[in-house]
Amino acid sequence: MNKPEPIKTQDQPLQLYAKREPVFNRRIDGKFRRIKWAIMVACLAIYWVTPWLRWNRGPYSPDQAVLIDLAHRRFYMFGIEIWPHEFYFVAGLLIMAGIGLFLVTSAVGRAWCGYACPQTVWTDLFQHVDRLIDGDRNARFRLYKAPWGPAKIARRLLKWGIYLAISFATGGAWIFYFADAPTLHHEFWTGTAAPVAYGTVLVLTLTTFVLGGFMREQVCIYMCPWPRIQTAMLDEKSLTVTYKDWRGEKRGSLKKAQKNPGEYGDCIDCNQCVAVCPTGIDIREGPQIGCITCGLCIDACDRVMAETGRPRGLIDYATLEDADNEKAGHPATRHLKLIWRPRTVLYFVVWAGIGLGLLFMLGTRIHTDLTVAKDRNPPYILMSDGSVRNAYTLRLRNMEGRPRAMEIGLEGLPAARIWSEDMDRSDAARTLRRTVAADETQALRVYVVAPEGTANQDFDFTLQAIGQAREHDEAKAQFDARGDE
Amino acid sequence: MADTPQSPAAAGRRFDEATQTETVGHEWDGIEELNTPLPRWWLWTFYACIVFAIGYTIAYPAWPGIHSATKGVLGWNSREELKTETDVAAAARAKAVAGLADLPIEQLPQHPELMRAAVAGGAAAFKVNCVQCHGAGAAGSKGYPNLNDDDWLWGGDLKTIETTLIHGIRQPGDDETRQSMMPNFGTDGLLDAGQISDVASYVLSLSGKEKPSGATQRGAKVFAENCAVCHGPQAKGTREMGAPNLSDAIWLDGGTKADLVAQITHPHHGVMPAWGTRLDPVTIKMLAAYVHSLGGGEEFKAADAAPAPEAEASAASVE
Repeated sequence: MNKPEPIKTQDQPLQLYAKREPVFNRRIDGKFRRIKWAIMVACLAIYWVTPWLRWNRGPYSPDQAVLIDLAHRRFYMFGIEIWPHEFYFVAGLLIMAGIGLFLVTSAVGRAWCGYACPQTVWTDLFQHVDRLIDGDRNARFRLYKAPWGPAKIARRLLKWGIYLAISFATGGAWIFYFADAPTLHHEFWTGTAAPVAYGTVLVLTLTTFVLGGFMREQVCIYMCPWPRIQTAMLDEKSLTVTYKDWRGEKRGSLKKAQKNPGEYGDCIDCNQCVAVCPTGIDIREGPQIGCITCGLCIDACDRVMAETGRPRGLIDYATLEDADNEKAGHPATRHLKLIWRPRTVLYFVVWAGIGLGLLFMLGTRIHTDLTVAKDRNPPYILMSDGSVRNAYTLRLRNMEGRPRAMEIGLEGLPAARIWSEDMDRSDAARTLRRTVAADETQALRVYVVAPEGTANQDFDFTLQAIGQAREHDEAKAQFDARGDE
Repeated sequence: MADTPQSPAAAGRRFDEATQTETVGHEWDGIEELNTPLPRWWLWTFYACIVFAIGYTIAYPAWPGIHSATKGVLGWNSREELKTETDVAAAARAKAVAGLADLPIEQLPQHPELMRAAVAGGAAAFKVNCVQCHGAGAAGSKGYPNLNDDDWLWGGDLKTIETTLIHGIRQPGDDETRQSMMPNFGTDGLLDAGQISDVASYVLSLSGKEKPSGATQRGAKVFAENCAVCHGPQAKGTREMGAPNLSDAIWLDGGTKADLVAQITHPHHGVMPAWGTRLDPVTIKMLAAYVHSLGGGEEFKAADAAPAPEAEASAASVE
């Protein structure tokens, strides 16, 4: 049988490296397996379906619901459009995701690892492929031990072929988030897509194939930093999958227990908890880095307990504190109650605060923006009539999906006039009107001329979308003149 | 592979109690290091890196010799890579360059895209060839014209700027170069010191820098007899001769009385090289477009029609 005892090397010479002990996890059905199925289906569906959802944004913007348009530097998510200078929204989401992991860890332990992590989801998917092609635990173990022959080769090739197909679908779907999915799909198969698309698909296909198909739990144990971080975050109130040794020990088979009633605990040492474990650990050794807390051993043990007529929950989600309480004969705390502790509440308040802040900013932001860059060399130009000219590069941002007329104006510098490089100085005025194309930034070099004797001073450029009172922006600028040379 | 109790073979070897893992055998203040074996996939990764490194040094230049290094079987070198990149850049410019080569500069404003390309190319060429005298911002300095303003010695439309660039100013050996020779009124004895002082006062009064006085009245007479031929009766300058407008706010060689007296006594004559002998016609067109775009460029008709706004090509500022 496959018992993971990889590093107990007392009877062997000192080893420099350890071979992976393959995991052949047995099929199990139960409450947590069904939750795992549901989350897996939801995650994969979201991943594969999202790029194909459409969202009408009018004739000037893409109609893909979720699109990270790197080429044009736009991020679309349903009704929300993020420009590069608004990237703090994305940063905010990432911070929320980070704090969200803390929050989940503090509330329900390593639930992310057990249910939602892509490594877990795809490993689970590939393990179902193993089961489909090679059979359940024992059949797979036999095939593993069997010498290589035509039948084994055929089965392996078939299995790896399916791995590769899933990996390709995984890597292939990724690129659709970065370009119009139907167009890119067509281009991809006609060989006209950008090389980076093929490269991305190749890399993601290979990483999925290797990490999901072969590395599996080794990613969690050796490569991923998150389990290591979580070991620092778990405390006596964290939910972990716990083997209740005070109830289970001393282990003994049913026969032994019948012979000597009272000597043995509830654990009948059937090893079902080990057999179903997707990472191949023995939960009875206590909490460990390899446990992703997926709960499949709970399903297995509950079934055995039901068959032997013992109460469920010999292996169960429990906290270290619960363990102490239960050992002392007190009832366990209800899991919902665990959430109401300062740490979890604090994480939630921070997490929700950032979320509400982002929502508020999203709701109140305007879609008109003005930035000014002054020409610094030369700072000013003396004109032949004695007046002084300064030059500025304005950037007019129209963040709506339609062309809009906008008026540029001056606040301050009472005698000054502006004109731009695309017009004549004789048409200079206090305001300029320009139509800015839909969803674009227009750079406009403008000249501000003020009469002889105007002093150095600050003033504001204003930008007002015509007919939209709220769509107004201002930008500070400096006017340089000769001074008192 | 079940739990094995400590075997006799393990005698002399130390094992950690909690994990049953062998330790490396050293001990520091009671702390011992577990000898956890590496996972085998890690070892494979390590070997793969070694193989890659060997392959890399074969494929690319790597091993140093006495006089040179190995060339690498792929034949890659950084000079070739640079050449490839500059070729790509040249190819990207080719269309604009070809378009500019065929297009008379007068028609450039009708081709906004070529105009944009020309201004961008001109800005780059300006930084290589022109900033030494005209400054990085093309603002010039005393004796070197400011190209940003609306004041032009020889004219500020595209064609005129191009001609000035091709033939230069006072460039020896170029028959078509811009020539203007103000006489040495002082050092050649054409005017005496009093007359020079008077005419300087008169010229300053034209732009309001001096109040009318006896000196300016005497100066007006001197001006009419000696200066109006080139600078015009109203002192508004004459572009055909490169004679600056003396009635505006811009002074190429300084706008104080001392500056004017010095200029009238023994004029400073700036020189610009004939760039037609040094740069190709497309680059010159680009430079003309860039200078024209700096904020003082004139339309063609303005140059023909109004005799008015001429004068020194700017700089001024010294008071």
